[in-house]
Amino acid sequence: MMQQVATDTDAQPAVLAMDCKLNRIFYGNFLAVRDSHVPIEKNKITGFIGPSGCGKSTVLRSLNRMNDLIEGFRFEGHVQFIGQDIYGKGVDPVVVRRYIGMVFQQPNPFSMSIYDNVAFGLRINRYKGDIGDRVKHALQSAALWDEVKDKLKASGLSLSGGQQQRLCIARAIATQPQVLLMDEPCSALDPIATRRVEELMTELKKDYTIALVTHNMQQAMRVADTTAFFSVDISGGSRTGYLVELGPTSQIFGNPREKLTKDYISGQFS
Amino acid sequence: MNETSLPESTPSLQRKLEGRALRSMLLSILVWISAILTSIPLFSVLYMLSTRGGARLNWEAFTELPPAGFEMGGGFGNALVGTLFMVGIASLIAIPLGILAAIFLAELGPNSKLATIARFSAKVLAGVPSILAGVFAYATVVVTTGTYSAIAGGVALAVLMLPIVVLTAEESMKMVPKIMKDAAYGMGCTHTQVIWKIVLPTGMPAILTGVMLAIARASGETAPLLFTALFSNYWLIQDGRLDAMNPTASLAVLIYNFSGMPFDNQIELAWAASLVLVIIVLIINAISRIFGKPKF
Amino acid sequence: MKKPFLHNVETDSICQPPSPSVIFVDRAFRMLARLGVILVFSLIVVLVLEIGIKALPSIQKSGLDVITGTVWDVGQQKFGILPAIWGTLYSSLIALFVGGFFGISMAIFLTQDFLHPRLAAIFRAIVELLAAIPSVVYGLWGIFVVIPAIRPLTDELNESLGWIPFFSSTLSGPGLLPAALVLAIMILPTIAAVSQDALRAVPLRTKQAAYGMGTTHWEAILKVMVPTAATGIFGSLVLGLGRALGETMALAMLIGNSNQISLSLFAPANTLAAMLALNFPEAGPSEIEVLMYAALVLMLITLVVNVLGSMIITYAQRGMK
Repeated sequence: MMQQVATDTDAQPAVLAMDCKLNRIFYGNFLAVRDSHVPIEKNKITGFIGPSGCGKSTVLRSLNRMNDLIEGFRFEGHVQFIGQDIYGKGVDPVVVRRYIGMVFQQPNPFSMSIYDNVAFGLRINRYKGDIGDRVKHALQSAALWDEVKDKLKASGLSLSGGQQQRLCIARAIATQPQVLLMDEPCSALDPIATRRVEELMTELKKDYTIALVTHNMQQAMRVADTTAFFSVDISGGSRTGYLVELGPTSQIFGNPREKLTKDYISGQFS
Repeated sequence: MNETSLPESTPSLQRKLEGRALRSMLLSILVWISAILTSIPLFSVLYMLSTRGGARLNWEAFTELPPAGFEMGGGFGNALVGTLFMVGIASLIAIPLGILAAIFLAELGPNSKLATIARFSAKVLAGVPSILAGVFAYATVVVTTGTYSAIAGGVALAVLMLPIVVLTAEESMKMVPKIMKDAAYGMGCTHTQVIWKIVLPTGMPAILTGVMLAIARASGETAPLLFTALFSNYWLIQDGRLDAMNPTASLAVLIYNFSGMPFDNQIELAWAASLVLVIIVLIINAISRIFGKPKF
Repeated sequence: MKKPFLHNVETDSICQPPSPSVIFVDRAFRMLARLGVILVFSLIVVLVLEIGIKALPSIQKSGLDVITGTVWDVGQQKFGILPAIWGTLYSSLIALFVGGFFGISMAIFLTQDFLHPRLAAIFRAIVELLAAIPSVVYGLWGIFVVIPAIRPLTDELNESLGWIPFFSSTLSGPGLLPAALVLAIMILPTIAAVSQDALRAVPLRTKQAAYGMGTTHWEAILKVMVPTAATGIFGSLVLGLGRALGETMALAMLIGNSNQISLSLFAPANTLAAMLALNFPEAGPSEIEVLMYAALVLMLITLVVNVLGSMIITYAQRGMK
């Protein structure tokens, strides 16, 4: 049962994969993010942009409860996912993370073979089918198969940075998670590798829902369907991030409603 | 304007061997001499071991029981077995327990109050004189069981190994990159799965290095065995029966006992046993080096 | 019964919540690890308590008399450990002077660009090997090499300078000086290793600043590097002292086990650890109580010194950052 929400800029009702309504996120006593409503549309790429410290990564990592691993983290609000609140009572973060995959800023393959890296998720989910098939399929989807098909036994760490990141993407999609969270996946890559990963993202959105944090506005313009602009509020003496504006990428970059957004995309404030 | 010129008498830029340069040279000579002096004991020990110990190192030394008084010949076979057995017992206790504790310190609750206290305890324990481990094992095991035994010796050695294992294993696990662990958590692994599938395999070379260092340290220890395992002139395994609840010989205690005896035969055996002990310790050290640095 | 998350969702996805057995194993393992940590923590507590309780009868019976007493005579039931405390401190301090000098020299030698890296690796291996040799082997070596080697010198010193208290007796065999020298060799690797860490932690910019001012190599070392690393080097000395105070075998074999308080470097002496090693195996019940008392004293002395040393080093490392 998917939620139906109409956004004011889109005549067609959008199908949401996730709906994040957060009131406040704390690290200890530090208020990191406040008052942000971030819907994640199904089979779309939602890009999170904003200056550093605006909490865009924090919000992304709240979507699969990765932040629960950080001591003092507290989330006030709700994240609807397949009809349930992932911050609801009795929810095990481990279960949430099984359904919502994640690709990180630094390529982080395990120190095991390429094959085992991709098969890792299948094995922990006790996949009964043909693991070899799945691995091949995932590597193909990640546009890495042709490069590694002859050395599946080689260590994942022996690949180049761009290949490692695609391996991590293959590892994340091998289990076909409902949503893929990508936290600045290209920030450690060179322009050519970045290009490949961006192409891959647009390919993947046919089958997956992607939430993407990026520090690169051009990247958001190139790949994101919807863009969420976060900013940081330093009025209270501390730095608290919040969502300024969310809308179709063309509208955010072409005709922003908020002055802050306009200033940011025109480079008047970082 | 006038043409530019350098001052007439420029200071000499050459180094002269006087004043501070001379002092520099003297100090350099001093550290060289002290470094060479520092090396002399090592070479002297190694020379003595190879000449005096090597002379007596024959097959008999490994297979025979220690000689009594004026007896000639004999060996330290039972002591070698005893050392290996007691280090084995100590390893069985200290390695699993130490790694388990390290897992908590590194992964499960690194900043918890319990971890802070336990880490401090391990550091304190690492500095406890080895003889006190013996006193502890005496008070707990020997007094309770009413006999000196290999078990008591093993417990004493385990007390010494434990802090080394805990502290080095914690460091090793902390070296496993956080991003690698995050990847596993991000796929929905439980803590236990992350530990067994990622942290332990990735950190294993470094963990083993620490474990080997602990074993090497235990192998050479004497003080904790003196009044826990005591010594014995018989085999640990007699008539096919393992006798872990009686006094047990060890190489280290044999060296100590024989070193004070007025008989040349025993003193020769002490040197030979020292050579064997040092070789064992060095081999274990070398193995730990093969594991070397983790490769990530 | 709590409704598990996503239990009723039908998806064609491969993703599955972890099975109950996986969750059970996770809980059990985490509990086990917690138990392990508690055990490690309780070990030191039990160790102190065990020795303390066993020492209690003697503490109640004789109080501080044991610490201030100078006679150890089982026949008269007189037990005083002051000579052993004196010997422990005296031998450790001598070892600290000698081992400290050579250890710190070695640390400077290895870290301050005196050597080609390959040669430095050899010297580093020498220091590590010195640390690897068991103390009982050092004891044996001390008996058969060090004592005969220093004897002519000590006789000479006693003959010509015997009026100085340090040289007021002859070395008849075992004695304080050979024991302290071997002890110095044994603590040298600790001091060298920790001092090296301290010297390496000095930021490169500090070093460059010194050379930039036109200092010579040694001026940079003595006026900038060593003072900057001073806290860590001091910590290494305290840790070395901690090791020396608790070292047993080399002393039991070399110091002569004589309960007397003397300034002479050549007289036999005793230490707490050596006393425990020698007397424990044949001790009767009343003697055991006193030995436990001695063990407690040794424990407290080394505990204070070691905790102090670790604190200094932690403080030094924080200062560098």
